[in-house]
Order: sequence, then C-alpha cells, then structure tokens
Amino acid sequence: MDSSIISEESDHLSHEHTHDEEGSKMFGFIVFLLSETFIFLGFFTAYIVYKTANPDWLPAGVSGLEVRDPAINTVILVSSSFVIYLAERALARHDLITFRQFLMLSIAMGSYFLVGQAIEWSHLSFGFTTGVFGGMFYLLTGFHGLHVLTGILLQILVFGRSFIPGNYDTGHFGVNATSIFWHFVDVIWIVLFVLIYIWQ
Amino acid sequence: MTNISVEDITGDAPQQEPITDWKQYFSFSTDHKVIGIQYIVTAFILFLVGGIFAMIIRGELITPESDLVDRSVYNAMFTMHGTVMLFGWTFPILTGFANYLVPLMIGARDMAFPRLNAVAFWMIPIAAILLMASFFVPGGPAQAGWWSYPPVSLQNPTGNLINGEVIWLLAVAISGVSSIMGAINFVTTVVKMRAPGMTFFRMPIFVWNVFSAQIIQLFGLPVLTAGAVMLLLDLTVGTSFFDPAKGGDPVLFQHFFWFYSHPAVYVIILPVFGVFSEIFPVFARKPLFGYKIVAISSLLIAGVSGIVWVHHLYVSGTPGWMRLFFMLTTMFVSVPTGIKVFAWTATIWGGKLRFDTPMLFAFGALILFVFAGITGITLSSVPIDVHVNNTYYVVGHFHYVLYGTVTMGMFAAIYFWFPKMTGRMYYEGLGKLHFWLAFIGTNLNFFPMHPLGLQGMLRRVSSYAPEYEFWNIIASIGGFLLGVSTLPFILNMIGSWIHGEQAPKNPWRAIGLEWLVSSPPPVENFEEIPVVVGEPYGYGKSEPLVAEH
Repeated sequence: MDSSIISEESDHLSHEHTHDEEGSKMFGFIVFLLSETFIFLGFFTAYIVYKTANPDWLPAGVSGLEVRDPAINTVILVSSSFVIYLAERALARHDLITFRQFLMLSIAMGSYFLVGQAIEWSHLSFGFTTGVFGGMFYLLTGFHGLHVLTGILLQILVFGRSFIPGNYDTGHFGVNATSIFWHFVDVIWIVLFVLIYIWQ
Repeated sequence: MTNISVEDITGDAPQQEPITDWKQYFSFSTDHKVIGIQYIVTAFILFLVGGIFAMIIRGELITPESDLVDRSVYNAMFTMHGTVMLFGWTFPILTGFANYLVPLMIGARDMAFPRLNAVAFWMIPIAAILLMASFFVPGGPAQAGWWSYPPVSLQNPTGNLINGEVIWLLAVAISGVSSIMGAINFVTTVVKMRAPGMTFFRMPIFVWNVFSAQIIQLFGLPVLTAGAVMLLLDLTVGTSFFDPAKGGDPVLFQHFFWFYSHPAVYVIILPVFGVFSEIFPVFARKPLFGYKIVAISSLLIAGVSGIVWVHHLYVSGTPGWMRLFFMLTTMFVSVPTGIKVFAWTATIWGGKLRFDTPMLFAFGALILFVFAGITGITLSSVPIDVHVNNTYYVVGHFHYVLYGTVTMGMFAAIYFWFPKMTGRMYYEGLGKLHFWLAFIGTNLNFFPMHPLGLQGMLRRVSSYAPEYEFWNIIASIGGFLLGVSTLPFILNMIGSWIHGEQAPKNPWRAIGLEWLVSSPPPVENFEEIPVVVGEPYGYGKSEPLVAEH
C-alpha cells in the first residue's frame, strides 16, 4: 500500500476523531430504554397469555373496568408528550422562560395522571392478590406508574437545573433524555391502555 | 509520518512500571483494566466456591446411597453450584476479559461510562455475599435448582419472609441489573468509541463476539427480570402468577426463564469463541480463515438465539407444531457455529503450530466443544430429548459446554493475556500440568454422564440404583481430578505475578492494538489514539496495522 495514501487517510481520520460524549450518553440511554421495552414486553406477553387462556378471567363480582376516567387520563398523558416537545424546542431557541412554563405544564399533566390512577385504585373492588387478573392489573399499572413518577422527578430535576446559569448553554442531554423517557412512558401506556381497558 | 508494520509491533519495548499498586484492586476504580481484573479475580474466587459445592455433589454420588449429606443439603448444593458457577463465574469472568480487552482492542482510552462500569462490578460481590448469606437463614439456601421452577420454588416450609429462595431471587436480580448496565456500556463503547479507521470489519473477532453477546443481554435479561419479579411477588405478597393451585401458570415461568437462559449460553460462549479466534492465528502464524463470515456468524448466532428457548420445554405440554419449529431453529444454530469451527480448523490447518499453554487450552477446549456440539444437536431433536430429558445426558452435555469449552477457554484467555495484564510471564510447566489434569478430569467427569443418562439416571438425585455406580465412581474421580487441577493454576498465578519473568509487550508476536502498548498498559492505554489502517490477523502479510501520527 502506498504510504502517502495511508498518511492522507490517517490525517483525515484523526481529525474526525473526537470523542462525542453527548452522543455516547444519548446512545447509551436509548439502549437502556430498549432493554426497558423488553421488560414491558415480558409483562404484556404474560397478560396476553393469561387473558387468552381464560376468556372470563375477571374476578368474581367484577363485570368490567371503568373506561371513561382512564381514557381522559390517557389523553392528558399523551398530550403531555407534545408539551415536553414544545419545552425542548423553546430551550433550543434559548427561551428559558417558555421552556420552564411548558415543563411545569408537563409536570402538572403527569401528576394529574398519577393522582387519577391513585383514585382509580382506591375505588377498585379487587386487590393485588385477587387471582391472576388482579395481580397483572396492579403489576402493569403499578410498574408503569413508577415510570411516570420517575419521569416527573426527572422533569423536576431538569426544571431546577435550568436556574443554574449557563447550565443549558452547551448541551441539552439531560433535557433530551428526559423528553425521550417521557415519550417512552406514554407509548407504553397506550399499549397498556389498549390491553387492559379496551380489550376487556 | 511513518507506518508501523506488523514486524515493528512484534519487537520488545522498554518496560514500564506497573500502573497501579495492589490496593487499587480493592477500590472503586473507574479504570477499565482495574475493573477487568477485579471481575476476573472475583469470578475465580466464586469458581472455587462453586467448585467446593461440586466436590460435595460428587462425593455424595460416589455411592448409590444418600450418605454424605442429607437431601435438603444436597438440593441446596446443586442449586448453589449451578447458580454460583453461572452468575458468579462464567458471566463475571467474561465481563472481566471484555472490560480489560475491548477498549484496548478498539483503541479507546476507557469504556464509554467508566463510573457505571465500576458500579456494575461492585454489584457482583454484593450479590455473591447476599447469596452466601442464605446459608444462615431459616431453612437454608434455595433448593429449587438454578432454574427455580415453580411450584417447587414457591414452597416456603419455614413460613419466613426472608428465605433462601427470596434471597436467591434478589441476588440473581442484582447480578442481572449489573449485566444490563454492562451491556449498555459495552454496546455504546463498541459503537461510539472505536479509534479512527477501526471500522466494524477491522475489529478483532473477540470484540465482535462481545458485542453480539451483549446484544443478547439487552433483549433477554429484561424478560427474565419480568419473570423473576412475578415469582418474587408470588413468594412474598401472595400473588398467583405461577401458582397452579391459585390459577397461575407455572409453564409461563419456564418460558420467561428460558427466553433468556438459553441465549445466555451464547452470551457465555461467544466471547470464548472470540478467544479461540485470537489464539489460533497467533499459534498457527496464519491469518484467521474467513474473517468476515466468522464475524457475521456471531451476529447470526445472537439473532437466532432469541428463537430457540422452547427446546427446554419439549416435555412441558408443548404442542407438536411448536416443538417442530423450535427443533429446526435450534438445529439451525449449528450452521453459524459450524462455520466458526470450520474457520478455526482451516486456520490451524497447515500452520506452524506451537503448543504453549494458551494454545493447549484453546485447542483442548475446541475438541471438547465439538463433542458438546454433537450432543447438543442430538438434544435439539425432539424424540431423543423426550427420552433423555432430565437425565444425566443433559448434565453431561452442558458440562462439556460450560467446563470443557467455556472454562477451559477462559483458562486459555488467562494464560494468553496474563503477560499483558501483569507484566510477568507465567510458568509454562505448571500451565501444562494444569491443562493435562483439567483435560483428563473433564473427560473422566463428564463423559460418563452420557451413558448414565442414556441408561435413565435422573439428574438432581442424591441416591440411585446400584447399576449406575460404576460410571458414577469414574465421574467422581474425574471431578476430584478437576478440583486438584486448580491447584497448579493457583500456584502459577500467584507465583508468577510476584516472581515471574518480566514480560515483553508482545510475547506472542500477536497482532492487535492491545499488543502495541506496554505490559501492563499505562493508565489511559494509548499515549496517542492510534489510527488503524490495516485489518486484524494479517499474519505473514506484513501489512501496516496502524499509522503513526
């Protein structure tokens, strides 16, 4: 091989090579969410297997789940995905005030969802140990609820960090990751809502 | 600008002082090399613990009667032996080697997330201590086998919330979280941290195989975690996911378990295949035959591994069409695996072979793997599996994989990279003694399990019919020989780490970025990140591998 070719190639490559830390973090975070997806897929598969094996598997005395309030909750949660997206865009424009406003709205919508779910739980006539259905219902909604809570805490964190001067001048990894996590939580909920509330 | 050729990197370099003192190995270090050695040493200590359990098992089975330990202790022994050997030995030691080697091999200064890396390591000793603590809770450690099938695993005769099975689940969960952290780190490191010019098809096969194995971890482990969470809830709060008495489905747990635990075999063995691919070209002085197809076959194994798990459930009421499908997919794994075996054979063929200890272990492990592969194909076949299911035939098969191939392969790796890691050479005589004791011990221990299984001796029993005694005596002698084989290894490692001859940076005249740096490597690996302009395994071609700035 001609050494001048190698020299040119290596020159070009070495200039190209700077460790992209933000890129690595985001890539790692997406890989993490992929593995999270597989946990949920495991639970969803279990739900489908149990449900198809037992067509009338609701606990005795339970004719079906109330759909209206969870549906409203769903609309609120899914809409918050758009709100956090608008917050991200505001940050990209360096408009911190709008960023904070949208973020607060998103936090409020997430909290509304969680409170709504807690109220729903308190009215249900079956418990965690009421057969396989009860177990799956609380496991799925509870595990997802934990993710919503994590998402809200992450949003509070990035909201707080926006008050540290210069914090979001160079990179937005924390905000972008929180936003992706929030979208992830929403998508999971849509599947969960269809499985539990629509497919009764 | 000058180029460094293969000849240039095979010379001896001025020695460097070791980069760390021994106390660093007990600290929360973020250096991937320190973490790598922490993993390897921890894994070996747990290997000894798992080995002691194995000695008790073989001691019990040397006579037909159950006379050495009582049955509940025996149940705990095989449960803990399997658990410790898998989660304490094979996974951590492979993660250790991957940690040590991957950044060096791809020309990176460290892993993508060094702190995450350290956290992932420290979870292993915590999980191990927790697991050992189960010996001291009422009822003793878990006794349901390493697969923890319900309803056996749901039994809680002591009625305590803290029982062996709960601790087992927590320990396995901690080790699982550690593995997921590791997988995220490895995949990100390989994708994002490669040196300039290190294209995917210039990566060493070891890196390819670690990458493929970690992809399996990412999709498989979360599914096992889902099943483990459900089992833990059944045990602790009284849900009924897997309890047939309360409407649960225990077979579903088997699906969860094997969806991960069969691919986990490839997580363990793929890096060992990587070790073979590094060692054979060096000791045959020939390029690896069919580099690209060997690399792609690793990804293919990872892909197919996701659709083979039901072969563990042939006798669990699985419908015929499903058994046929999974029989075919399982058999298909032998295609990419066979490609690798063919490539290694072709690499060795006509080479100038040298049988130093790493090569002896790699070559021996390959022979044992071929045998394991053949019995594996027989087991994938439904009619044969139905006959030998749950017998010692299965135990013999997977021990040829896990000891014969994985453990022997890891010893090959230890001897091969020992000079790089410690800056010292090991004692060749002790290494060879270790190999011959281990090779003979493996065959004496695990071959008799095949005729035993074919004759119908069930696994997990502490007493058996007298007609099985002959092969059991042979197996136990082999087992004790394996135990003894570890002694020259320990002597060798401790002795040569302290008093061994100084190692040059490239004692094997190998090709690869890790051999460009001093032994042991400096803290940040490379003074300047190398620019890769050649392909790996260019033995005899004199191609430039890297360009100098």
